[in-house]
Amino acid sequence: MQYMLAVYGDERAAESTPREQMTEIINAYMAYTKALQDAKVLVASNRLRPTSAATTVRTIDGQTKVLDGPFAETKEQLGGYYLIDVPDLDAALSWAKRCPAARYGTVEVRPIWVM
Amino acid sequence: MKGTSPAHRAAERAARQSYGKLVAYFAARTGDVAAAEDALSDAFAVALASWPTRGVPQAPEAWLLTAARRRMIDTARRRRTREAAADRLLLSVEEAAAGMDPEDVPDWRLRLMFACAHPAIDAAMRGPLILQSVLGLDAAAIAAAFLTAPGAMSQRLVRAKRRIHDVGIPFRLPDRADLPVRLDAVLEAIYAAFGTGWPDPGGLDARWQGLVEEAVWLGRVVVGLLPEEPEGLGLLALMLYSGARRDARRGADGGYVPLSEQDPDLWDAAAIDEAERLLKRASSHARIGRFQLEAAVQSVHAARRISGRTDWSAILELYDGLLELTGSPVVAVNREVTLGQTAGPTEGLAALDELARDSRLAGYQPYWAARADLLARLGRSAQADAAYAQAILLEPDGAVRCFLERRRARIRPNFA
Repeated sequence: MQYMLAVYGDERAAESTPREQMTEIINAYMAYTKALQDAKVLVASNRLRPTSAATTVRTIDGQTKVLDGPFAETKEQLGGYYLIDVPDLDAALSWAKRCPAARYGTVEVRPIWVM
Repeated sequence: MKGTSPAHRAAERAARQSYGKLVAYFAARTGDVAAAEDALSDAFAVALASWPTRGVPQAPEAWLLTAARRRMIDTARRRRTREAAADRLLLSVEEAAAGMDPEDVPDWRLRLMFACAHPAIDAAMRGPLILQSVLGLDAAAIAAAFLTAPGAMSQRLVRAKRRIHDVGIPFRLPDRADLPVRLDAVLEAIYAAFGTGWPDPGGLDARWQGLVEEAVWLGRVVVGLLPEEPEGLGLLALMLYSGARRDARRGADGGYVPLSEQDPDLWDAAAIDEAERLLKRASSHARIGRFQLEAAVQSVHAARRISGRTDWSAILELYDGLLELTGSPVVAVNREVTLGQTAGPTEGLAALDELARDSRLAGYQPYWAARADLLARLGRSAQADAAYAQAILLEPDGAVRCFLERRRARIRPNFA
């Protein structure tokens, strides 16, 4: 089954993180991505620019509007994702636990809906 | 699954033995608990219609397996045109059918229980799910026990089963490292079915009684499949100790009799002996846990049948251990009630006052009953009366309410 590990974190906190610690976090992500590749479970992954770069399209009263800013103001924001292919939820959860975001923020695990 | 004639009951017993095993088998192969249940209940209906007259077949399990498999394949074929997922289901059913000996169905009920009690399933639904999928209880019976509207329970069960399938919860035993935590969830679910009201000081609740035997049976399944897990042994022992007192909990007039006033001769000696053996076996592993400690408390109570007295200081020690392990406010209330026995009502009440800061206890009947009892022993009648009133208000069981009313009446003349 394919699962998306959606990585959430506090963007503001990340902005004020000292450079040294930021390097450490990025290294942790690189090592994690490599581990996923080595285990041959990684389908795709991307990091997203912060929500300040988001633009939202939404239909209000039948009119499609383009709005600056994210879908919703939240304490933690979607910052990236991993798409992995593993046998079951337990395998997906055990990868999610190893994700650096599990230490710095939140990882949401969701199965892909096969159409 | 209600039967009247002996032939019907024999058929039902034979079928029921196999129900959970076969649901577990099909669910594990297909990931679809609901489809497995549907197929089994169809096979059941056919069996219960034909076995009472034609006799229970030589190999009832193989008979049910064949009938259920046929039904699953039919359903999957019919759904195939509508849903891509049905393809996968059909494949796995056919695959399961190909490689199996109908005389030797593997017992995967524990796998099914682990799936139902998976951390990705709402904790409140784990017990109901296990009762339905392993024992075949209907939603109405489960709803009555868990104080929920039948419609709501039925809907939640459907949703939980869909979730097991959709999120890919596996049907296998957890890794060694995860086993203790995951087994705890299974045991908690079984204990929830047994009825959390039982071991409380004032605990007697008719609602739960229907599920007591089912929960004990599930406990036996766990112990049978994981005989070296001390907490499984502890839970089974705990349920047997509590169940052993069942007949002693009602007086000749049908009224509620609290543990301290029960006649030990009315306790089921065989059940207590079995519980003692299980607890001894559990303690030989030297891995203490919540259920073993709770069972040990019951063991001390059971010793009254021989010694004629209750060793409250031993119970206090056990509650100290439990409180450290769980931090549960329910355990804390039991501990302070015990302190009221060892150190006296003043100390017990002072300790209960400390707990009053936990707002969860405001709606907990045993807390108020304990308070009322300690206040009455101290002669503080007006306050005791108010505490009894609160306990009575919170108690859903009529027999226990009557008991509390009688206790309340005892102190009334002192201040009225």
